[in-house]
Amino acid sequence: MATPVAAVELKRPTPLRLPQRVLPGFGLTLGYTMVYLSLLVLIPLSAVFIRSLGLGWGHFWDVVTAPRVIASLRLSFGASLIAALINVIFGLNVAWVLVRYTFPFKRLVDAIVDLPFALPTAVAGIALTALYAPNGWLGIWLLSFGIKVAFTPLGIVVALTFIGLPFVVRTLQPVLEDLDKEVEQAAATLGASAVQAFARVVLPALWPALLTGFALSFARAVGEYGSVIFIAGNMPMKSEIAPLLIVTKLEQYDYAGATAIAVVMLVLSFALMLGINALQHWALVRHGER
Amino acid sequence: MIEHNGRRFALTLIVILMGSAAHAAASTLLNVSYDPTRELYEDYNKAFAAYWKGKTGDTVRVNQSHGGSGKQARSVIDGLEADVVTLALAYDIDALAIPGGLIPANWQTRLPDNSTPYTSTIVFLVRKGNPKNIHDWSDLVRPGVSVITPSPKTSGGARWNYLAAWAWALKQPGGNDVTAEAFVKKLYHNVPVLDSGARGATVTFVERGIGDALLAWENEAYLAVKELGPAKFDIVAPSLSIVAEPPVSIVDQNVDQHGTRKVAEEYLKYLYSKQGQEIAAKHFYRPRDPAVAARYATQFANIPQLVTIDAVFGGWARAQATHFADHGTFDRIYGQ
Repeated sequence: MATPVAAVELKRPTPLRLPQRVLPGFGLTLGYTMVYLSLLVLIPLSAVFIRSLGLGWGHFWDVVTAPRVIASLRLSFGASLIAALINVIFGLNVAWVLVRYTFPFKRLVDAIVDLPFALPTAVAGIALTALYAPNGWLGIWLLSFGIKVAFTPLGIVVALTFIGLPFVVRTLQPVLEDLDKEVEQAAATLGASAVQAFARVVLPALWPALLTGFALSFARAVGEYGSVIFIAGNMPMKSEIAPLLIVTKLEQYDYAGATAIAVVMLVLSFALMLGINALQHWALVRHGER
Repeated sequence: MIEHNGRRFALTLIVILMGSAAHAAASTLLNVSYDPTRELYEDYNKAFAAYWKGKTGDTVRVNQSHGGSGKQARSVIDGLEADVVTLALAYDIDALAIPGGLIPANWQTRLPDNSTPYTSTIVFLVRKGNPKNIHDWSDLVRPGVSVITPSPKTSGGARWNYLAAWAWALKQPGGNDVTAEAFVKKLYHNVPVLDSGARGATVTFVERGIGDALLAWENEAYLAVKELGPAKFDIVAPSLSIVAEPPVSIVDQNVDQHGTRKVAEEYLKYLYSKQGQEIAAKHFYRPRDPAVAARYATQFANIPQLVTIDAVFGGWARAQATHFADHGTFDRIYGQ
């Protein structure tokens, strides 16, 4: 009984209707998506906003513009940006090697990339601190050149680079695998040098993935707490990250002050993510036109 | 048929529940404590379980939770169902009294000695042989001496360190709040790393080899020397230090809900008994009981002058507001 009706409906001229979908269930899955995202992301985050409202605008502004808070935000976002940039450059190198070449123990090297994902961050922090402390293996050697890593902002960059590496490598790998070697060879036969082939042919195809990897690595770094507090030294105005200031406020039972800093971090992160998304869209469009 | 089964099930349930109520043989307590008391309460819980069995015939199992004192208090406020709290400072237990209403405001008067069955104090841990010649607080501000202490913003123990330094400066000839602040500022100028907790600071000093002196709980310092070998560290007793009082309390709302008030109260009272005091002393906490204290006197650092927070700072609420709240003296030290 139901089938003929559907058939009739299909035949009706409907210029304004959305394109026909092959699989049913759009409404149901969209509903699930919205509920799921609300429960997991939106409701907890709006709780943060609501809690910070308890402060009132004047007090909120005082909290987030305190010199120590500004210094910590600058450090958190600055160190995360540097770490993400380092990861983009060296992550591309790692991904390239893993995709394009075969060598002994390649599977093992491939697995090592995932370690920063799997390791509890506190373990990573303790291990890195032991290594880079003035009496650690690397720390002693670096100190002889006058470079101090552990308990300085440089140490924070090291920890953030460590935890962000897999994001860049893992987003680049599938894209590199899809990129045919023939394209580079074609570029070469048309007279492009190796540098030209990389810069004009390979890199444009990788841009969107590189940006995604950068964004993920950056976002992960901004929120990182566990590994950083061990290596940072936590000196106010110098090596104190914003998440530590949030914990500090909580330690004083200042929930509203803690959420105020959290709100600023959320807004800044969201703005940066939107910017990166826009850049990615632009890169896709631009690459698509070529 | 279904209804019949349901009724029988309900009846069975009632019988089971009544049966267990009649015996009430086993109870469980949760003791939420701070970091360095782990070993102390492991021993004490065994002793208390044996005592309780002998007295009432019931068995009691005490579970422990350890962490930074402030974090632990927050967990209890947020719903961790602690029957008793044994934290690093009164300020953290006060937090349970005001916003949560979990305990009455006068909690600290319910047990003897400010509800503190044992005390500790702040001493210096230095490298073996004391190469930097550190003997008192004044030596810590010398140029070239590096001092390890956690951030008083996040660590209970660090607040005792800070207040001990302040009290020493205050008691010097011509000492006042201005000279004390200047002294503490100079002291923190010599601090290269601010860990977030006392255990973290100990690791920085002991494992990373950073710093010439670690400001530490006396019990932590003795534990470090005992565990890591007396060949590596010495303990230095300053001329003045503070009586650090880590207090205890039952959490009224939770014990009433669990029906564990009686055993929880007894659990804390037994800390004041001869046996409880002995166990505390064995773990390098200073016992309150004069007889036990006399027997263990030689194992503690000899500090000529010990001051209390009530006498010098007017209690925790005032010390917290003056020194550790935002824009307090500690923030001023770091130029805020």
